[in-house]
Amino acid sequence: MKKERVNSGLSDKIFMVAVYVILLLLLAIFLYPILFVISASVSDPKAVSGGQMLLFPVGFTLDGYQYLLQYKEIWIGYANTLFYTVGGTLLNLAVTLPCAYAMSRRDMRGRKGLMIFFMITMYFSGGLIPGYLNVKSFGLLDTRTIILISGLMSTYNMIVARTYFATSIPYEIQEAAVIDGCNDFQIFSRIVFPISKAITVVMLLYYGVGHWNSYCESMIYLDDRSKFPLQLFLREILTKSQFAQTAMMDGDSYSAEQMMALIRQSETANMIKYGVIVVSVIPMLVLYPFLQKYFEKGVMIGSVKG
Amino acid sequence: MRKKRYLKGWRLYVMCLPAILYYLLFVYKPMPSIIIAFKDFSMRLGVWGSEWVGLANFQRLFQSYWFPIILKNTLTLSLLALIIGFPIPILLALLLNEVSNGRFRKIFQTVSYAPHFISVVVLCGMFTMFLSPSSGIVNILITKLGGTPVNFLQESGMFKWVYVLSGIWQGMGWSSIIYFATLSGVDKALIEAADIDGATRLQKIRYINIPVLLPTILILLILQCGNLLSVGYEKVYLLQNATNLSASEVISTYVYKTGLTQSDFSFATAVGLFNSVINTVILVCANTISKVTARTSLF
Repeated sequence: MKKERVNSGLSDKIFMVAVYVILLLLLAIFLYPILFVISASVSDPKAVSGGQMLLFPVGFTLDGYQYLLQYKEIWIGYANTLFYTVGGTLLNLAVTLPCAYAMSRRDMRGRKGLMIFFMITMYFSGGLIPGYLNVKSFGLLDTRTIILISGLMSTYNMIVARTYFATSIPYEIQEAAVIDGCNDFQIFSRIVFPISKAITVVMLLYYGVGHWNSYCESMIYLDDRSKFPLQLFLREILTKSQFAQTAMMDGDSYSAEQMMALIRQSETANMIKYGVIVVSVIPMLVLYPFLQKYFEKGVMIGSVKG
Repeated sequence: MRKKRYLKGWRLYVMCLPAILYYLLFVYKPMPSIIIAFKDFSMRLGVWGSEWVGLANFQRLFQSYWFPIILKNTLTLSLLALIIGFPIPILLALLLNEVSNGRFRKIFQTVSYAPHFISVVVLCGMFTMFLSPSSGIVNILITKLGGTPVNFLQESGMFKWVYVLSGIWQGMGWSSIIYFATLSGVDKALIEAADIDGATRLQKIRYINIPVLLPTILILLILQCGNLLSVGYEKVYLLQNATNLSASEVISTYVYKTGLTQSDFSFATAVGLFNSVINTVILVCANTISKVTARTSLF
């Protein structure tokens, strides 16, 4: 009996060592690419492409960032993305939270039917082309408006918020408010919304991150470069150098000048591509550690209903 | 009294109104336009005025050179992502659950969620740079270890691995949250009873933790099966180039290209519709299988 205990203790110890080794290894795999990009953005590009830079910056230089400052389009994109993110997220909240609150009220008649109306869209859609034709029919192609309002509400997020309102806000408070003469608007704006900071932050983050990172809608609906968000310019820069390389290797028929232009482009792209990644994720990097607990909360609330 | 309740209620509907309008105008309104899959759509005649062509668009799809290729690629990418990508977050949650050091656990979670918030553009850009044949860190390491550099993004055989592994890197931490949360709800009395019986950690995982996770696993698995044929074009499109196209063209990128860049609206809609129909069939099948065998189902 005793011997068995000891044995199981030993195997447990070996098991735990293995667990920590695997987790530490994973930690390195998660962190390395991110650290590499940060180091590469302040290193000599030749050292990076030559493979001398493995983790810490080699030949420290801020040239890449200086180039970046002169690259006007990036800052246009940055301003556009800020606008789309702030404006879009505020619209999202203004639509989602009141709707979620109303849907959380058990005394709302027709609630089930309305829920089905919302849920159907999670599984069925017209698809890419009918959606595009629809936007075209409203004359919203190539406008900032369509970027702001596409995805105005996500049913999933609404359900998460509804679950929160239904489970975390005591119904007694709302009843008391009714006795004090509050109507439904006032109950929401004066009582429920002020004490629902957690879900507001979760929604803010979910929608905000979505807007910041999205490139599909803008690629489909926008033509005018002055309206492009940062992600579209990022895509150009990050694939440009690759494009030049491919062209050179394939030996496609390019004139000497075209080739030189490609090479110059690719060199500039090489100078700034790491920097531009860092610049584009800085808002996330700065906010992330403070907000992490809210991300998790969102997933937890969401899983309650599933 | 009844009137009062009705009056009280209208404000709730007003609160839902913006959402309802948005869904009607931007989600429901385009749905009927799907009939252009059975028409020869022309901008001039519009959705309803265009001429019916029956199943001609579908026939064209089934006979096209690209059809077997995009079908195979879509299935390969999503099956591979499912087979490799699905179990990993579960294993991760099981491992992390064994760690009793709260601080290590917190740090690990913070770090492992981070990739989830990187945009697809940046993710693909990073992987393209790391995998570059001449200057990428991966090939530099391969060369240093005496191997020959591999051109990951030009060789069509490599594409699926780049796609799947980058997806795992980005998603495994985030996907493990839900399993981890389920595990933290395990009845402590069960664990104590197992301890008294002298169970090892592995035995506790096998006989307590995994059975607790099983319903969650099944539900998520069914959901994933429903998406088997909908490899999103966001990431594939960014990793695609002329040389790996034979392995990287999937249904959604094909719809995007034929539809929006070549303005072949009817054909692209037909391709999209074919995709949705197959998805629904797979979802229903997966749900039925799970209902019969494990008594867990979505609907």
